[in-house]
Amino acid sequence: MSTATGRKQIHLAAHFPGVNSTTVWADPRSGSQIDFSSFEHLARTAERGLFDFFFLAEGLRLREHAGRIHDLDVVGRPESITVLNALAAVTDRLGLAATVNATFNEPYELARRLSSLDHLSAGRAAWNVVTSSDAFTGENFRRGGYLDRADRYTRAAEFLGTVRELWDSWTPDGEPGPFAHSGPQFRIEGEFPVPRSPQGQPVVIQAGDSAEGREFAASAADVIFTRHSTLEAGREFYADVKGRLARYGRAPGDLKIMPGVTYVLGDTDADAQERAAEIRRQQVSPQNAILALEQVWGRDLSGYDPDGPLPDVDPDPDSTLVQGRVRVADPVAVARRWRALSEEKGLSIRQTVIESGSRQSFVGSPATVAAALEEFVAADAADGFILVPRLTPGGLDAFVDRVVPLLQERGVFRTEYAGTTLRSHLGLPEPVWKGGTP
Amino acid sequence: MTTSTRPLHLAAELAPGSGRADPGPHTAARTVALARLAEAAALDFLTHDDSFAGPGLDALAVLARVAPETRSVGLVPTVTTTHTEPFHVQAAVATLDWVSRGRAGWRIAVSPTGAEARLLGRRPAPPAAELWQEAGEVAEVSRKLWDSWEDDAEIRDVATGRFVDRRKLHHVDFQGATFSVKGPSIVPRPPQGNPVTVVDATRPAARDTAAHHADVALIRATSAEEAAALRAELRRGARAHGRDPGQLRVLLSLTVDLDAYEGGPGALAELIAGWHGGGAVDGFHLVPAVPERDLERFAAGTVPRLRDRGLFRTAYEGTTLRDHLGLARPLSQYATTGAGA
Repeated sequence: MSTATGRKQIHLAAHFPGVNSTTVWADPRSGSQIDFSSFEHLARTAERGLFDFFFLAEGLRLREHAGRIHDLDVVGRPESITVLNALAAVTDRLGLAATVNATFNEPYELARRLSSLDHLSAGRAAWNVVTSSDAFTGENFRRGGYLDRADRYTRAAEFLGTVRELWDSWTPDGEPGPFAHSGPQFRIEGEFPVPRSPQGQPVVIQAGDSAEGREFAASAADVIFTRHSTLEAGREFYADVKGRLARYGRAPGDLKIMPGVTYVLGDTDADAQERAAEIRRQQVSPQNAILALEQVWGRDLSGYDPDGPLPDVDPDPDSTLVQGRVRVADPVAVARRWRALSEEKGLSIRQTVIESGSRQSFVGSPATVAAALEEFVAADAADGFILVPRLTPGGLDAFVDRVVPLLQERGVFRTEYAGTTLRSHLGLPEPVWKGGTP
Repeated sequence: MTTSTRPLHLAAELAPGSGRADPGPHTAARTVALARLAEAAALDFLTHDDSFAGPGLDALAVLARVAPETRSVGLVPTVTTTHTEPFHVQAAVATLDWVSRGRAGWRIAVSPTGAEARLLGRRPAPPAAELWQEAGEVAEVSRKLWDSWEDDAEIRDVATGRFVDRRKLHHVDFQGATFSVKGPSIVPRPPQGNPVTVVDATRPAARDTAAHHADVALIRATSAEEAAALRAELRRGARAHGRDPGQLRVLLSLTVDLDAYEGGPGALAELIAGWHGGGAVDGFHLVPAVPERDLERFAAGTVPRLRDRGLFRTAYEGTTLRDHLGLARPLSQYATTGAGA
């Protein structure tokens, strides 16, 4: 969407700080990850900043490492949809996005819960569709973990299609109608108990960068939550995903591309760089350095000194040491890279992990960060960003106070909410009602 | 009788016969208004009925929406255990406890009909007795999962780099007849330790599950004698399951149309005082014919008469639903070792 200034507008969302090492809990300002007041503070801050939506990730099993519960990072979180319903009471315009797994839920129940959220928030609900196939997570569910990895998107696509049939089973005029869905994954029938919700169809977000994920997003999602990368890689991804839309009769503006990004602000660029380095050291404690190493090597390396050299042994490619988090794709290649880095610069284990780990996406003064964000969007590397603060609950304050006004001055971010629904914030078209013809 | 040895507990239903509930966009404003009315009268808790067969919004969602706009009243949505995932259910109830700062409960229900089974498509509906056995297992695993984080599991120990003490997080390894759960929960132990479990024990099939697992059992009876007998039966059942019957509250569900009720709110106060004073029940669960009208009349006409007799609180004395009900906050069942695993 553009305004009178002719500049492409930026969409912003706020991610509740994660349960991984990006979130710095050792900082004295770090508050509760579970008290409602933390969620309220972040959501109110995002709304004060006129953000499109507030985003919650999902956890279905605590991560384990070497058969024991991982204890070094922030852990424990609420059930997303319930928190968002409560946040609907303390916000007026902010979109409310819940991550919910399509593998361990059923379409009827989830369609009803999301439709309820859309009603209770007067049109601000979004669903981030994720899938899972691992038996480790499945141990907490009736379903178990039998789903083949290859079937994840098959199930997710039919799940989403079924949910939309349910949402469309009431006419826009408010008349209920029966539904019947019969497919390889789901055979259900009856009457949906909730009238068509304010957005007609709550917003659908899809997270994932794989070719399957891109195709799924192009066919069915309103927003794609992607990994942040360089400007060039971002442009390539953007062109690829937008290029897939026409096949589904969709326009480029129908799918917003929003990478998840971190940021560090300082009074000057140098000041911000210094803080970013300090944050990186906080994120990689000596214990976390060994853990990061074990995640690559797939071996017990607890006997190694974090301030000493890297192990001589090679990674175990068949390791089951790490459970409940994404596996390192090619551990042997990563190990080779880390060794080369360590030898070249004479780095210890901890220094190597710090040096090779993910950087903060945007580091600088508020002016520098605002310019960089605008550049990304203007260059068609993104439509906006899902900001991941590293502190709960105050991690978004400085961004809203110092960067948002600069984006507004540049004419690339709204100065007030124009509409009341999340669809209107995102500039998405009214969903076409597809019910009535079974 | 002018005094009672036991405190009187009062609750009310927000969505009587969920089939008639307004399922639309006004649900939030309407329910908040009702909840504030009940809160001004210092009622113990509000139930919100629900069924997959609807119509109506998800009850737990509605009460989560109400939570930040109320301060004291307990919030008890109906939650079915039949076609749902126990792990999700306990996480949602625990989260309701977090967002309400210790005011959550859940009224366990089952989904016995073929029509409900076809909405979910997961399995045919088993007989009622099996459904209530499963409901009991869901109640049991929920308590285990709520306890799976001990209260002091989060340590934030900078010196050792540990956020949690993993010895205080527990796999629950629950094996039921129809499901299993590994654990621990994803949600830290909720403010009440265990949110309040309510079971409608009207139907005989639900009665053993109520005696075994309920903190509050709801009954129906047409005489004080019948109510007293049911209460005694439930308390015997609780003892047989190794529970302290003193930790079970039995409330009489009373469908009330205060337009048609002879004698009006004053006569209702007489009935409540009489049955409670006689020891038949621990309190009443009002099911209003028309919530807006009947709750208003109950708050304005019945509750003040009960207060005049010194039977009902004039203001909340505690902050959690367990406080209102006089129920202890349970220790985690895993917290017995002290020294850790």
